Amino acid sequence: MTKTKSSRNTRPWRTLQCLAVATAATTTTAAAQGEVNVYTYREAKLIQPLFDAFTKASGIKVNVVSAASGLEQRIQTEGVNSPADVLLAVDISRLEAAVRAGITQPIKSKLLDQVVEPRYRDSEGHWYALSMRARVAYASKERVPQTALHYEDLAEATWKGKVCIRSGQHYYNIALFAAHIVKHGKIQTEQWLRGLKANLAQRPSGGDRETARDVAAGKCDLGIGNTYYWALMAHANPAHKPWADATRVILPTFKNGGTHVNVSGVVLTRHAPNGANAMRLIEWLAGEQAQYLHADVNYEYPIRAGIALNPTVAGYGALNPDPMPLAAIAQQAKAAADLVDQVGFNN
Amino acid sequence: MIDAKARDWSERGLAGSHERWTVALSAVAIGAALLAVAPLAALAVLAWGETGDLWLHLIRYVMPDALIQTALLLMGVAAVTIAIGVGTAWAVTTFQFPGRNSLRWMLVLPLAIPTYLVAYVYADLLDPFGPVQSALRALFGWRSAADYWFPSVRSLPGAILLMGLVLYPYVYLAARAMFQTQAAQFAEAARVLGARPLRLALQISLPLARPAIAVGVALALLETLNDIGLSEYLGVQTLTLSIFSTWQNRGSLAGASQIACVMLVLVVALVALERYGQRHRNFTAMTQQGARFSPRIVLRGHWRYLAMLLCLVPVALGFLLPVGFLLYEAIRRMLVVGFDPDLIRPAATTVALAAIATVLVLSIGFAAVAATRYVRRMFVDTCVNLAGIGYAVPGVVLALGLLTPLVLIDQGLNAVVRAFGGAGVGLLLTGSIAAVVIAYVIRFLAIALGFAQAGFSRIAPEFDEAARMLGAGPATLARTIHLPLMRPALLGAALLVFVDCLKELPATLLLRPLNVETLSTYIYQYATRGSFEEGALAALIIVAVGIPAVLLIGRHADARIGKTFPGGR
Repeated sequence: MTKTKSSRNTRPWRTLQCLAVATAATTTTAAAQGEVNVYTYREAKLIQPLFDAFTKASGIKVNVVSAASGLEQRIQTEGVNSPADVLLAVDISRLEAAVRAGITQPIKSKLLDQVVEPRYRDSEGHWYALSMRARVAYASKERVPQTALHYEDLAEATWKGKVCIRSGQHYYNIALFAAHIVKHGKIQTEQWLRGLKANLAQRPSGGDRETARDVAAGKCDLGIGNTYYWALMAHANPAHKPWADATRVILPTFKNGGTHVNVSGVVLTRHAPNGANAMRLIEWLAGEQAQYLHADVNYEYPIRAGIALNPTVAGYGALNPDPMPLAAIAQQAKAAADLVDQVGFNN
Repeated sequence: MIDAKARDWSERGLAGSHERWTVALSAVAIGAALLAVAPLAALAVLAWGETGDLWLHLIRYVMPDALIQTALLLMGVAAVTIAIGVGTAWAVTTFQFPGRNSLRWMLVLPLAIPTYLVAYVYADLLDPFGPVQSALRALFGWRSAADYWFPSVRSLPGAILLMGLVLYPYVYLAARAMFQTQAAQFAEAARVLGARPLRLALQISLPLARPAIAVGVALALLETLNDIGLSEYLGVQTLTLSIFSTWQNRGSLAGASQIACVMLVLVVALVALERYGQRHRNFTAMTQQGARFSPRIVLRGHWRYLAMLLCLVPVALGFLLPVGFLLYEAIRRMLVVGFDPDLIRPAATTVALAAIATVLVLSIGFAAVAATRYVRRMFVDTCVNLAGIGYAVPGVVLALGLLTPLVLIDQGLNAVVRAFGGAGVGLLLTGSIAAVVIAYVIRFLAIALGFAQAGFSRIAPEFDEAARMLGAGPATLARTIHLPLMRPALLGAALLVFVDCLKELPATLLLRPLNVETLSTYIYQYATRGSFEEGALAALIIVAVGIPAVLLIGRHADARIGKTFPGGR
């Protein structure tokens, strides 16, 4: 339409054309062959070795942006133009939130269906778990003789002033509390949370490592934390080793069930521009090499059967994950968050 | 803020070029306001979403405690920053004592350290396994932390002290600039009449410096209100943290937007109240005769050392100690694993992003405030007030709100390009560093605006009038009078904005494009794994890059004042 107009009008058009070509050259590389774009809640440092191995195996370059929050919203807002192919998340509620936000599409993979048990994946294939971590107790070696524990016991008066935990609103705790709701209902969970709150040695603060540190220092006898943190303290940083040395991991169970397990998982985005590459990455992440790395480098429980645990993780004892489907936990997350406020858990 | 005698340039029927200036400056002011309001408007739209029983829940269970905690935190931080900032500024401008020349610029250094880092460092230093408590245990023979009482840094008082220790330079800078350039005849008259330094400070210097101090405190408090990292780590349930939890755990962006809007109303009310309180307090102290400095009083005896100690403690606790800790960790790690070459790129990215944003913020900020001076129109003032609002919004909320307008612009661009037969260009803004830079500009515009307003308010309107009578247009006026007189303010703003950009984390984290890391996101990746000390080197680089900027203001700003007004220094 502009070609026929006077020369006065063609100049801005040309400029625009040049601009478009120049910018297209810089921005469309994301959609070029041989790449896959990953938005991740998993820490980039933890996941990078996996991506490096994938690139080596497949020749597909992995572009990454990691963040702590808001990635679903970012993908949602970016809409059809979003460069994201894959979203990696570390909590079941986040995976479900991505599905609710409408930013996912079913991952159709027979291979994944074979590897991942039904309770660790979405019934329509919108998310698949890739690894598991249990929320457990770091017990003082000196002051806690017992080796078994029920989550329900955490509210017993015997632990008064002896328990440490991070913010009750942190999603690791929310998932644990939601699991308690699935087991015992809201009313009992509220009682339980009040009991647990009364047992706390200090206001919830810090992270899982600080919890272990406080147990080691004698501020409390029992800390609640994730399994891989303890192994990381024992092996990854000499400064943290004393905290692991002074504590012991107990795998608690629900009275009528098993240990609370949360997952890291993967989602294929609705408008994935590199869908085929994304599928290769997703399937590769469930493969033997990646699962071995999950277990050995990140100290997680692999989702794939037949992969050896890291010896430290194996040393916690046999993990008996509670049989409840993860989706049930995600359904109660809001109720759990409400209860945390209601009992003034963090106050 | 500006004398009512000043008239609108265009009203006086000045030449066409002046009108072009008026239009251009007004356009900048309007543009700045639009930029700042866009993400908030997006949030307001999001806030219309269905949130069920959210407010009932919040009002019953969350708000009471969050409001009290936030109020206590703000009051505490205000008290600490005023005490340290004003006290030290008064000491270094009024007295001569050993170490003063170094301390007066060192006092700014804590600004270079991100608040969340200070929280990590002090938690490490003061927690039961830290060196302090270990030494105490060894000294007194205690076996475990249960055997004795030790104040916990993970508490509200801990948060107040740590926030205060890194944020007091905002107040210090503002107060020092005022004390330094306060007309000498006031001080001399007071001294001749027998006023002692303390009385002089309380009755003359402080009231005169109040508007500037208020700006400094406001910046410190907004920064406090914005913080999520430090309060979450130290376990202080602030309003901001509640917004964040609501958004995360209820998966309710609408709910978070609603709380953010309510918080915004609170902030705007606070700012308005502060402005109202200052409406009759306009001091334009810097006139030609008055701009001499009164000589500093030379302290003798133990007072010398008391003054030195007073200024040394904040520097030591707010800068030397944390940086020493980071240095120790960085060296220790370098000995084990060597230098991480992966750091070079994030470092370069960080500096580039901060530099671009600083230039933009300064240009926009000063042009917008100039508009209020040259174009005496109500709507321009309103625009400028609106433009600073980004500072009041938590970074992560701002980033979320910003996504929508950015994507809309991107979609518009795509539509235009397609209409001309081109292929889609993808996400030009959202998919590039432009998003991060825009977020920085919105977030930190308030700093430039505050400094520019303070700077302009201290230039007597008579200067403008004299210049105009001699036929100077706005361009000449700006070049020959306003910019030279405002150089300290410009430098101050540049320093703060640059350093704040270096430190910014939440918006950077959410808006940065694929494969782009800054130093703060690099540190964050270690921090989320609970081993932030592995990012110690990156933290040191942030601090180190910030130091030259700090030195620049510490020395250059004063030298410039000394040159302009020979009586000074």
